[in-house]
Amino acid sequence: MRYEKPQTVAEAARLLTAEKGLTRILAGGTDVLVQLKAGMVEPELVVDIKALPGLRSIVSEAGGFRIGAAVSGAQLGEDAEVRALWPGVVEATNLIGSTQVQGRATMAGNLCNASPAADSVPALVAAGAVARIAGPGAARDVPVEAIPVGPGKTALKRGEFITSIFLPARPARSGDAYLRFIPRTEMDIAVASAAVSLTLDEGGTITAARVALGAVAPTVRLVEAAAAAIVGTKLEDAAVAKLAAACSAACSPIDDKRGTIEFRTEVAGVLAKRAARIAYTRAGGQA
Amino acid sequence: MSISVSTTVNGDAVDFICNPEESLLDALRGRLGLTGSKEGCGTGDCGACSVTLNGRLVCSCLVLAVEAEGAEIGTVEGLASADRLHPLQQAFLDHAALQCGVCTPGILVAAKALLEKNPDPSDEDVRYWLAGNLCRCTGYDKIVRAVQSAAAQMRSA
Repeated sequence: MRYEKPQTVAEAARLLTAEKGLTRILAGGTDVLVQLKAGMVEPELVVDIKALPGLRSIVSEAGGFRIGAAVSGAQLGEDAEVRALWPGVVEATNLIGSTQVQGRATMAGNLCNASPAADSVPALVAAGAVARIAGPGAARDVPVEAIPVGPGKTALKRGEFITSIFLPARPARSGDAYLRFIPRTEMDIAVASAAVSLTLDEGGTITAARVALGAVAPTVRLVEAAAAAIVGTKLEDAAVAKLAAACSAACSPIDDKRGTIEFRTEVAGVLAKRAARIAYTRAGGQA
Repeated sequence: MSISVSTTVNGDAVDFICNPEESLLDALRGRLGLTGSKEGCGTGDCGACSVTLNGRLVCSCLVLAVEAEGAEIGTVEGLASADRLHPLQQAFLDHAALQCGVCTPGILVAAKALLEKNPDPSDEDVRYWLAGNLCRCTGYDKIVRAVQSAAAQMRSA
């Protein structure tokens, strides 16, 4: 295995493209090093992207924030402005692993690890976040939901890697939230999870919403029918019931020791319901 | 392929040679003889290998040794000064907050990082912060009490 720490994006892309064997990107390393240790992957080349310009910074852009791909969960959680604009995204990211893992783990890495149970990803999808991808060609921007294509698999092509994740500006009276179910209070992997982002008009009626589910399908799932169920409502009980039903209908989970199909399907709806209520309150609505 | 790494550990400039796949934990223990950091799981679950990397608490088993280039590392060996234990170390002894001791160095490093960030944590704060440090002996109560005792002492110092 070779280790390289390039100083420019072009050099990183060149290294990754030139290597014929298996390559891995190293940002926080909290997934990659575990895979190396277990012998799950034996890369010829590891490219550490932490020295690339902007990869460790959070920058205001067009009313939103560009989060460098090597920004750790701890760094993100300390940013009061990001927390104020996208509290659901920050709380989801900060649920990943321990304090030690937060010191290194990144949202971009969580996205590229492509686990269906990734905590930050439903919140990013609900937020309408956009990943910026560098590679041998020109940089391109892709909605985060298009990155994972199956467990452990991404849509990134050979030589490509994420350099940042953009959290967009949002209108006044907006809120987001993320909830997961785990059998204990900390340090576990989501059995089911839900993220909701929404915007209200002055009267408290929902004008726009995005709902995403985790751990109930091969990839994190954007559920448009669930969003449609609450747009135009003030999150009355009937609307919330429709939201939960739409979420459960969108589930196609696995059955394993951590949760049955029935349990995950039911709980995804319940979590979406509760996350919607939190998002609604954060947006200033009177629930 | 061997790589030469120049880094700072507990304030001292050090150099070592390592392999690209070697973890920082292995380099600390095997190359530098700093065996305070322990390997419990090797997968970032137990926290026995906790160190600070540029001030940030991390599992040294999940850091490549080459990533230490130009960085500042803090390990349990840096807690005591000369012949004087750190208040956390003394509190762990006074409160019998350890039995076998394998988790203790990681917990001390993690607790020190907590108290630097939050000198007056609640018990809940301590428990959440240390959730990634597993102890199979004490049941945690004595650990939390020791951290709180050290925190109180450090606040009044």
